[in-house]
Amino acid sequence: MLMDTLVLSRIQFAANISFHILFPTITIALCWFLLFFKVQYNRTNDEVWMRIYRFWVKIFALTFALGVVSGITMSFQFGTNWPGYMKTVGNIAGPLLGYEVLTAFFLEATFLGIMLFGINRVSNRIHTLATFLVAFGTSMSAFWIIALNSWMQTPTGYEMRDGVAHPVDWLAIIFNPSMPYRLAHMLTASGITAGFLIAGISAYRILNDDHKPAPRRALKASVFALAFLVPLQALLGDMHGLNTLHHQPAKIAAMESVWHTEKGAPLILFAIPDEKTKSNLYSIEIPRGASLILGHDMDAEIKGLNEFKDAHPPVKPLFYGFRIMVGMGLLMLLVAWAAAWQYWHQKELSLFMLKVFLAMTFSGWIATLAGWYVTEIGRQPYLVTGILKTADAVTQLPAHNVGTSLTLYLLLYAFLLIAYIRTLFVIARKAILVDRPEEIKSLQEKIHDAEDAPL
Amino acid sequence: MTSTMLTGEAYWLPVIFIGLMGLAFFLYAILDGYDLGVGILLPADSDPQRDMMIASIGPFWDANETWLVLGAGILLIAFPQAHSLVLYNLYLPIAAMLIGLILRGVSFDFRAKAPEDHKAVWDHTFKAGSIIATLAQGYMLGSYVMGFEQSLPAYLFSALSAVCVTAGYSFIGAAWLVFKTEGELQLRAARWARKCGWLTALGIAAVSIVNPLISHAIFDKWFGSAMVILLLFIPVFCAVLFFIVDRYLAHFPHDKDFGSWIPIVCIAMIFLLCFIGLAYSFFPYVVPNTMDIWQSASAPESLRFILYGVAIVLPTIIAYTIYSYSVFSGKATQLRYY
Repeated sequence: MLMDTLVLSRIQFAANISFHILFPTITIALCWFLLFFKVQYNRTNDEVWMRIYRFWVKIFALTFALGVVSGITMSFQFGTNWPGYMKTVGNIAGPLLGYEVLTAFFLEATFLGIMLFGINRVSNRIHTLATFLVAFGTSMSAFWIIALNSWMQTPTGYEMRDGVAHPVDWLAIIFNPSMPYRLAHMLTASGITAGFLIAGISAYRILNDDHKPAPRRALKASVFALAFLVPLQALLGDMHGLNTLHHQPAKIAAMESVWHTEKGAPLILFAIPDEKTKSNLYSIEIPRGASLILGHDMDAEIKGLNEFKDAHPPVKPLFYGFRIMVGMGLLMLLVAWAAAWQYWHQKELSLFMLKVFLAMTFSGWIATLAGWYVTEIGRQPYLVTGILKTADAVTQLPAHNVGTSLTLYLLLYAFLLIAYIRTLFVIARKAILVDRPEEIKSLQEKIHDAEDAPL
Repeated sequence: MTSTMLTGEAYWLPVIFIGLMGLAFFLYAILDGYDLGVGILLPADSDPQRDMMIASIGPFWDANETWLVLGAGILLIAFPQAHSLVLYNLYLPIAAMLIGLILRGVSFDFRAKAPEDHKAVWDHTFKAGSIIATLAQGYMLGSYVMGFEQSLPAYLFSALSAVCVTAGYSFIGAAWLVFKTEGELQLRAARWARKCGWLTALGIAAVSIVNPLISHAIFDKWFGSAMVILLLFIPVFCAVLFFIVDRYLAHFPHDKDFGSWIPIVCIAMIFLLCFIGLAYSFFPYVVPNTMDIWQSASAPESLRFILYGVAIVLPTIIAYTIYSYSVFSGKATQLRYY
């Protein structure tokens, strides 16, 4: 394959956003979890909530730092690698990014300092407020970025003058047709990712003989959050899918691998889509399933890829990406509800369930990445639907410059990702080893629990 | 379209935004300047001192770095064409700076949480990241001043600028430590500050002499009119400030920690004077000799939309920044997440 500037720039940007999104996906919701822990502490004055807060705030700080530095890198790449992007839609993308910096970046960065290091210097109330402001700031950040991303998918509220997009109606730009669905889908994805992270790390502590009450309580809180969030996500995903069908039918056709427009299209569970013959090999299907899900009618017509000539996204990554996301979601639903059921009936999770949660610590990352690949690759060959093709936005820089930076970034990201995951477990092991008076308390609780436990 | 033909907001909005961009980059140079400087100065021989130095910037570094994002963001929002040109020409130094900032930002957190035997490695990474980011910024400044010329003198000038900015950040970083620490570390910081001060002064002098010599336009701007008398105030005042800092540090320590704020305030003023000097040299160009602010400005409706936000949000940001500094006022203490 010829590694030209376009290919290298695309790999670099994909690597960059993939690496970046791992961290906000955790921090957006983890901070609301932290606020919940803090409010519970304020309400009950129970030290255990504070211990949970203290443990998770360390992981939050580390994750946040990785998100910040990779985010700064990303913001520069708009300019360095995609100058055509700013040239064509800068009048719209610029202010949205600007509002993110103004309303979110400074807020979260400033109050993070107080949240992390200020507890002895400010009142408890201000500290809780700081936690809220950081949570609010990270969500604001998500709001502006999703607004921009959604506008790139379904642009409205602009007019073209001399090949440059000019804003006409800012409300229409921000609240573009796919924005509410995408935002809700992303925020819930974050809740699920953070939930499985909390559950996984807590399970790890319990499996390694941590008898303190904190990891048990954190695990339980996350399980109930997940039991609510995962089905909610399925509902939101369905609504998002209908919205995409309406505004970006080519994306749906590629996701479902529908080569020719048909009524009563089957739902393909598995197949190997073949771009050359425009057909699906080894296909396992549910008759009329796609029409039912997408059109809420067994005979609904689904537009096929044949309607879009060659201006449709590549089929394989969308087809598989979508199945990975949905498959992951189904697994998550099963696990979350099984765990909730165990709590309901047995008060504690079984050893097997703890191991399942440990195995699924980073499952949110897989589902989120798969989902983002579907949505981003699904916009191709456009960078901004109908306005700007990806190939027309790329820098004219010599390929070896981009090659150099790409190599450096890839090495750095691989190194940091390993360091990050290792450090999460180091933090957990340190917490396991901490011997505190509560150790005794928890032993008493265990004896107490043993007396009334059914098993 | 020339600037004289523009009236009303088409004329004023770009002027306002170049002012805001200058403010953002100036605040960045002061704020992230001191914390990058602290990173550059991390000593190899004392683990407790490294802890204390990093603790002194812990609650602030993240918000400090945000001013860079705002400055670059305003360039992108208000002057997209200049943004593309600048970033195109500075591709590799920007990549180097970002990698430096990434290494630094993450080591700060990793060092506190990694296993004990890894801590020293993360400290080295922190220092290396700070140095890489600073050298890259200095190089970019030099290259920008030279209008991205590709010649041996331009490369040499950029290299000189890289060294000067590193000296300048170390200078303000050391002054921050004089202000925020006490005891042995504070004494050490005062010695560092004095050395860095001399280097910085030399650097500023060198750039000030070289710059008008290689650019006729800048020479004319500075020496071509009666303004020269007024402008002379800038180097004179700069020299006075350097003298005050040097004398203060020469007799360090003082009774009851007298005036430990003097060096950092003086250095911030030196930075301000340098900024005013640079701004005077280049205004109204965003890219020296190539593109002025009106040629590269975005659509007025975009600028107006963001200006409303700026007018409301910027004072708020400044207010809570001040609040955050007041929460962590006084000498730095060991950082604990409680």
